[in-house]
Amino acid sequence: MKEELLLEVKNLETFIPTPKGQIKPVNDVSFSINKGEIVALVGESGSGKSVTSLSIMGLNASAIQYRPESSIFFNDKDLLKLKEKEMRKIRGNNIAMIFQDPMFSLNPVHPIGRQIAESIVLHKKVKYKDALVTALELLNKVGIPDAKRRLNDYPHQLSGGMRQRVMIAMALACDPKLIIADEPTTALDVTIQAQILNLLHKLQKESGIAILLITHDLGVVAETADRVLVMYCGKIVEEGTVEDIFENPLHPYTRGLMASVPELYGPTKEKLDAIPGVVPNPLELPKGCNFVTRCSYATEKCSQNAPTLLKHPSGNRVSCWYPLEKEGERGHYETAATSFS
Amino acid sequence: MFLKYLARRLLYVIPLLFITTLIVFSFILLIPGDPVLALLGENATPEKVAQLRQQLGLDQPIIMQYFDWLKNALQGDLGRSIFTGQLVEEAVFSRLTVTFQLVVAAMVISVVGGMFFAITSIYYPNSWMDYVARFFGTLGTAIPNFWLAMLLVLFFSLKLGWVPATGFTSINDNPVDFLKGILLPAISLGAMGTAQITRHLRSSLMEVMNADYVRTAYSKGVKRWRAIFNHGLQNAMLPVVTTIGILFGNLLGATVVIETVFAIPGMGQLAVNSILQRDFTMLQGVVLVMIVLVIIINFITDIVYAILDPRIEY
Ligand SMILES: Nc1ncnc2c1ncn2[C@@H]1O[C@H](COP(=O)(O)OP(=O)(O)O)[C@@H](O)[C@H]1O
Ligand SMILES: [Mg+2]
Repeated sequence: MKEELLLEVKNLETFIPTPKGQIKPVNDVSFSINKGEIVALVGESGSGKSVTSLSIMGLNASAIQYRPESSIFFNDKDLLKLKEKEMRKIRGNNIAMIFQDPMFSLNPVHPIGRQIAESIVLHKKVKYKDALVTALELLNKVGIPDAKRRLNDYPHQLSGGMRQRVMIAMALACDPKLIIADEPTTALDVTIQAQILNLLHKLQKESGIAILLITHDLGVVAETADRVLVMYCGKIVEEGTVEDIFENPLHPYTRGLMASVPELYGPTKEKLDAIPGVVPNPLELPKGCNFVTRCSYATEKCSQNAPTLLKHPSGNRVSCWYPLEKEGERGHYETAATSFS
Repeated sequence: MFLKYLARRLLYVIPLLFITTLIVFSFILLIPGDPVLALLGENATPEKVAQLRQQLGLDQPIIMQYFDWLKNALQGDLGRSIFTGQLVEEAVFSRLTVTFQLVVAAMVISVVGGMFFAITSIYYPNSWMDYVARFFGTLGTAIPNFWLAMLLVLFFSLKLGWVPATGFTSINDNPVDFLKGILLPAISLGAMGTAQITRHLRSSLMEVMNADYVRTAYSKGVKRWRAIFNHGLQNAMLPVVTTIGILFGNLLGATVVIETVFAIPGMGQLAVNSILQRDFTMLQGVVLVMIVLVIIINFITDIVYAILDPRIEY
């Protein structure tokens, strides 16, 4: 597949001033998404995934501010510098978003057809009646049975999975180039989760939409994504293709995340403990590597100096002084000493 | 489905009406001061007193009196004023049209004013409009309405002479005079309601505007005013509908004071006079009509709520 750049996040850094000091929910994050690509953004709760995605949409809470060096390029425009009016033309039109809990993300007092049609009339010069026809097609496309009758249903009349399909239909309404799905399956039953992921995958293959798939569950990623970004405490700690990440995770955090997904490491392989400890308080981050408090391979160097994201010979980019070897051993060479970037 | 819901709501009304009227009826008869003595004067002979008492049915136990009254009331007969001999239903009905116009005018002021203040305050946060709305939302409920009424009269009637200080013209007779006459009483009455609705809708809207579905709306590219009017308002109004329903009853009660201040010949004034004269048949009629009104309003509130919120189970 030829790679054509769609979105480029550069040095994204957000901060929230608090009386006790600054919190940086996203701290110098850079990544890109190519056309038609599914990129997974993975990390535990609180690692800054939602703030990253809302930065792209320009919908972060007003408490969250951006460092001036941050930029997010889409169609040669820096979204962070756009006027609100121009940003509105992009939201829902070129970049659409699917949220975590379809229970609360749909307006409870409007029929679903109306909510989908709204997106269309906002961005396209069509009559509301014609937009409803398109809404019906979209409902069929996302697999809502008996869609014609459902058009006038209210969200509470649908199941969770159906509601998330409606959200997806809404996101598709204006043929966006990019869909950001922030934990689209977290609030759903396990069986429904797979259906929703399959649907996203299918739509991506059919229409070539790029998807930024945000999740805290690596199990979700394996089947769906092309590329994986692993995020911890506001920073990207590892990045690679889905094969490289799963076959050869370099960061102890990535490996820990995998260990917490049972089906990835079958009973034959030795089961690793899920990551011990808790995410550090964002106001009291360690001096060196953010993961040092929970890493079983950490050394004195890790607690003193923060590693940077560098390319490893195996293909991934990783931010660790001692990237892991295949069997989960601590690396033989130190990143800085060998300088393999 | 909806009709069935209506029918069920109506069924609730019957026992409610029964119980409330019984309670009110009993209380009215327990008001200190004997209507018979009020009619005959302090010097009446005991025989005369006993005779009139029997004539009015006051020698019966209260519960018997109640059922007698109820039986007649169900046939549309509320009796005659023991003081003037006027038919109670006629007197009450003519007063009701006056009070109804006053209360509706005050409700319009409350709802329109409350929505205006709440919405501008949310749309322009921390602007002077926002501060006015917040200040007013707090102050408006604290000012006694009779005091506000007197201030308004002093300024707009006595000093500026723009509108009459007292009196009432029905909207059917002369709409312009109606507006002039109703303005100050309706504002005095509606200030409290405006403040209540402002405060309640403002906080409700503030919460709703942080809801996930409003964020979804923004993610579709809607403007702020559209997010407020199209997505926020209907949701934010849900709890406020109840406030508005209760407000109607409060305003109805407050007409007692306002009609006295402005010398408006409405139900409130009739109620005050009936109490002063111990005219218990008239008072029973007044209170019955007020209760029925409040129950009807509650009924309408439920229906409006069901229309606004599709999640209501019929
Ligand atoms: N509006 C906000 N106000 C204060 N703190 C916030 C806000 N949004 C996010 N944060 C903080 O930023 C960090 C990252 O949050 P988030 O991006 O939601 O994490 P994730 O989506 O990965 O679970 C968290 O520590 C969270 O407490
Ligand atoms: Mg999140």
